[in-house]
Amino acid sequence: MIRRRALLALGAVVLLALAGPLLPPYPLTLVTQALVVAILAMSLDVLLGYTGLPSLGHAAYWGVGAYAVALLATERGVGLAGCAVAGILLAAATAAVFGLVAIRAAGTYFLMITLALGMVVWGLAFRWVSLTKGDNGISGVPRPELFASPLPFFYFALAAAALAWIALGLLVASPFGLTLRGIRESESRMRSLGYNVWLHKYLAFVISGAAAGGGGVLWAYYNGFVSPTDVQLVTSVEALLMVALGGPGTLAGPVVGAGVIVFLKNFVSLYTKRWLLILGAVYIGVILFAPRGVVGALRGRARG
Amino acid sequence: MSRPDFWVIQTFNGLSYGALLFLLASGLSLIFGVMRIVNLAHGSYFMLGGYVGLTIALRSRSFVAALLGGAVAVALIGMGMERLFLRRLKGHTLGQVLMTVGFALIFQDLALLVWGGDPYSIPVPAALARSFTVSGMVFSGYRLFLIALAAAVAAGLWWLLDRTRVGALVRAAVDDAEMAQGVGINVPRASLGVFALGAALAALGGVAGGGFLGVYPGTDFEVLPYAFVVVIVGGLGSLPGAIVGSVLVGLLDNFGKALFPELSYFTLFAPMALILAVRPTGLFGRA
Repeated sequence: MIRRRALLALGAVVLLALAGPLLPPYPLTLVTQALVVAILAMSLDVLLGYTGLPSLGHAAYWGVGAYAVALLATERGVGLAGCAVAGILLAAATAAVFGLVAIRAAGTYFLMITLALGMVVWGLAFRWVSLTKGDNGISGVPRPELFASPLPFFYFALAAAALAWIALGLLVASPFGLTLRGIRESESRMRSLGYNVWLHKYLAFVISGAAAGGGGVLWAYYNGFVSPTDVQLVTSVEALLMVALGGPGTLAGPVVGAGVIVFLKNFVSLYTKRWLLILGAVYIGVILFAPRGVVGALRGRARG
Repeated sequence: MSRPDFWVIQTFNGLSYGALLFLLASGLSLIFGVMRIVNLAHGSYFMLGGYVGLTIALRSRSFVAALLGGAVAVALIGMGMERLFLRRLKGHTLGQVLMTVGFALIFQDLALLVWGGDPYSIPVPAALARSFTVSGMVFSGYRLFLIALAAAVAAGLWWLLDRTRVGALVRAAVDDAEMAQGVGINVPRASLGVFALGAALAALGGVAGGGFLGVYPGTDFEVLPYAFVVVIVGGLGSLPGAIVGSVLVGLLDNFGKALFPELSYFTLFAPMALILAVRPTGLFGRA
């Protein structure tokens, strides 16, 4: 089963890699965008799908990674490696601090606390004007020379997304990941079996934050522009929608969800100004008609 | 301005903002208490209330009609959402969150479609718009009105919840919905009523707030985090918690903005995190 899924994933990556040069410019940038956003969605799924922790502030870590790149690359001329390390470490550090507050809570309280903590980062991005330029955002983030044009950057994003998939896939298949799933199913049972539930949840929170930060690093390079929009509540919720749409508790699900939402947002906004209305209807429709997500529904059918 | 004057006026401004937050957050807290729904469309009720109130105020030239009309219209919207959609998702927290976000996006876009993107201000009666002077300090009469309105609503809510039969039913549903159902209380009807009341209170806040903050696109997601901080600090489903939380958040926000403008959200959310670290269920909340 796992081998078959790994082969499917590999096939998807190879197919995308081969399709890249054939795609016209606009679809190519959309696929690139979907790959970058997929990293955010996968990182969130480690918490939501595997650990059962619905984080409503995941854009915070994504945003910390993106802002780290924007600040270091524009003002100090730091290169890709330096920016990536700084972005991921800062995102992990933010998650490590926030996790101390958030992991104490469960269920709905966890949702509300992560929402409020996410707003802390948004507030700093919005109001700490001397550092972040506030609402105007930071523009002109230079791409590394090697990946400056669209096609090389597409391969860069594909490699990064594949790396994130492999790393997070190994994590959730490891004994650590199985323990997380155990906690999702029954926290009290895992506790009575002698597992340190708090530590497992905390580590999952920090790892997930670090992975989201890695996605944010890529996002800053992809967009060339970072603003408070990247850390706002709606971005966090959109990540949740991608996971819910694709299917929580699978890594393929969030990738599919990210692809669907990115394409939908971009295509619908080409044809109508009322795309928020349509996106809102998609939220409601997904919950009413596909509560387990697309991938979840397919797997359920395969099992009979 | 001398230092003591600064503190007095900022405290007054903070209290009046807290009053507005109470109108917004008490409904959120009530709704959560009964239904355990994290309603991300609650800021939309505030915004829609403001817009409906604006239209009524411009047509009828009556501020009271605007307050009441905004509250009633949004109460009906809230009832529709609860009855037709949210009730199906009982116990499915993530689904409820995503669904309320879907509604928030739709409301945002519809408001843009109907009222356009320009900021408006709801005209307030001249009697409320006056300012008054106490020992050399100028206070806004409208802010005093906000404090009075919130105090009246708080007293009314306390009376309703603590002194009436309806309030007893609602409190029973807050404490243990299943047990309340078991002893013959119509919990779905109580939920519907509480949802309508919560939406109406938020809309009342939207109309009242439209008199001095204005009505503009984006208010919905701007006020939403404040409502959540109030409810988290005070404790979910608790009326005293909503009162104390609103005053605290109103003061923190106001002094934060005045003293450390660049860190103003931080000065709001950091104390919240500290309170949670000590009391995970908020000041007045129960586990």
